[in-house]
Amino acid sequence: MSVTAVTTRELLLVEAINDALHVELGRDETVMVLGEDVGRLGGVFRATAGLRDRFGSDRCVDTPLSEAGILGAAVGLCMAGWRPVVEMQYDAFSYPCLDQLITHVGRYRWRTGGAMSFPLVVRMPYGGGVRAPELHDDSPETYYVHTPGVKVAVPATPADAKGLLAAAIRDPDPVVVLEPKLVYRTARGAVPDGEHVVDLGRARVARSGSDVTLVAWGAMVDVCERAADAVSGEASVEVLDLRTLKPLDEEGLIASVRRTGRCVVVQEAPRTCGFASEVAALLAERAILDLQGPVLRVTGFDVPYPYWQLEDWYMPSVERVADAVRRVLAF
Amino acid sequence: MNELSAVEQGLQRVVGFGDEPDRRPEGLDDEALLAIHRSLVRLRTYDERSVVYHRQGRIGTYAIFRGHEAIQAGAVHALEDRDWIFPSYRDSAIGLLRGLPASTILQWWRGHPSGWWKPEDVNVASICVPIATQVPHAAGLAWGLKLKGSDTVALTLFGDGATSEGAFHEGVNIAAVVKAPLVLLCNNNQWAISTPLSAQTAAARLSDKAVGYGIPAIRVDGHDVLAVHDAVAEGVARARAGDGPTFIEAVTYRSAPHATADDPSLYIEPERVAAEQERDCVTVYEAYLRRLGVLDDERAVAVREEALAAMRAGIQAAEDEPTAGPELVFAHAYADPPPSLARDLDELRRVHAL
Repeated sequence: MSVTAVTTRELLLVEAINDALHVELGRDETVMVLGEDVGRLGGVFRATAGLRDRFGSDRCVDTPLSEAGILGAAVGLCMAGWRPVVEMQYDAFSYPCLDQLITHVGRYRWRTGGAMSFPLVVRMPYGGGVRAPELHDDSPETYYVHTPGVKVAVPATPADAKGLLAAAIRDPDPVVVLEPKLVYRTARGAVPDGEHVVDLGRARVARSGSDVTLVAWGAMVDVCERAADAVSGEASVEVLDLRTLKPLDEEGLIASVRRTGRCVVVQEAPRTCGFASEVAALLAERAILDLQGPVLRVTGFDVPYPYWQLEDWYMPSVERVADAVRRVLAF
Repeated sequence: MNELSAVEQGLQRVVGFGDEPDRRPEGLDDEALLAIHRSLVRLRTYDERSVVYHRQGRIGTYAIFRGHEAIQAGAVHALEDRDWIFPSYRDSAIGLLRGLPASTILQWWRGHPSGWWKPEDVNVASICVPIATQVPHAAGLAWGLKLKGSDTVALTLFGDGATSEGAFHEGVNIAAVVKAPLVLLCNNNQWAISTPLSAQTAAARLSDKAVGYGIPAIRVDGHDVLAVHDAVAEGVARARAGDGPTFIEAVTYRSAPHATADDPSLYIEPERVAAEQERDCVTVYEAYLRRLGVLDDERAVAVREEALAAMRAGIQAAEDEPTAGPELVFAHAYADPPPSLARDLDELRRVHAL
């Protein structure tokens, strides 16, 4: 991590994102923001509030309702020398842009033999628990991680929300940043003023422990910390916040599991082929002799994200995570 | 000659057709007319030789563009070199007209990574395989350059089938809203593999779609390289003046298979294909130039010999290129690759004792 600022402010997570955008647009005149309702309104979550007034409507652009068109245009904007930061209004509304993401965003640099760079960012609020209608609740990180040529970051804290977004904007490769909307306005913390960059590919030990590692990202980090509290009389729990799913901090992950000997991976996305499966496979390949029990997964289920009166049954709960900790300790 | 279908009526032409007399285009002197001829012949020769090379097993599956050279050459000659071109796979060799060596494009069809080219060297984007998805790229580039104060124009080529795709709609709509300096050149060859235009759209003319985006459209005979040239020049002038995109519907007919892997006997109309041969764009243009007294036999033979020599040199250079090594599997996907890729390459080398 490189922190050039010395002073900090207490910010909500969504305010930290807004701060990052102001700093990065101010720092680099080729950075521009585009998306649906990002200008006049400042985004439906106000993540882009104030940008249009400060940087003008050419650098904070209200686009037509056109997710694939926005991302496709962003490819061309990169070719014209811009660093576009694209907002997808919600997780599941990003699915139309998967066409451009898979067929072009992740491939164009390769297609030119490295001659052209596509330093674009796709940021979106993701995840459930917010009592919203269908398709405002998804955790699509696996689709993005599975797309070659694309990097994926998922902050859990306000400071990381600012620092990872800044790193994404400065990165020479396309980066998808998934922002945990559940904690947009509940996660509050100290955020460095001015330029603040959290390097991609470095996990964060959110809490140290010696008996079991809880691996999580985004909104599930907080669930894991509360689960660690819930079992505090029974076990010493380490919580590892991956922060970046690709590139993954494999060494940080293995080091933590080596310390504790046990691992539970928590994700809110459906279980099958979710990123938790990748973590489990990696530990099986690279750390099998350090494990004293199976890698357990606590995940959403292989069903469409439920209507919100049922969503608390779907989301990994403190109880389910605590239960998995007890099971792996008893193995 | 068969009767013209509805979509083939009302097209702008420069070269005489039926009762319409030859016209002499403004702003193109003899030298310019011959330069266009040379481009047509280079493209035709590339296409003909590529079909042969495929049959000889020297290149892979190849998308034939016979009969569409007038659209490609007419467009390129109406652009300045600084203007960008976003080709579809049907226009794979358009970079020849911007100085790309034949060997590079042949390597693309040979599946060799030296078929990568640097788009900024020639202002030609990479060959776009998925249909219509290059349209928003062209819109974004044109818009982005305009935002930087440039008056550079982008042109993108696509087929009739592309106009049914979401990416076409989204790209044109965004370009129109931001007044991107973009020329949308639709090669309406009336077939998308085996799907005829009538099964593609209920619109009487593809140009009608422009109305919905609030942009003007021009309809031209896609067999007529000068008509295409004039239409593109008109679109370029509008774009440079800040008036936004223009949609051009260049109507042709696909008389060749979709690709070397296609069997058009299952769907094609043989009589219509035979009639199409009479309107071949290269033959028609050469006859026009001869009527003007601009082209003679000596020149025609020399141009064709030059094009053939370039293809012989191109396939030779392509075949002489060393086989690509496994490191290129991992190269270039990322500017800053995840560490796992280096481990994967090491593993591959270890297992294969490289």
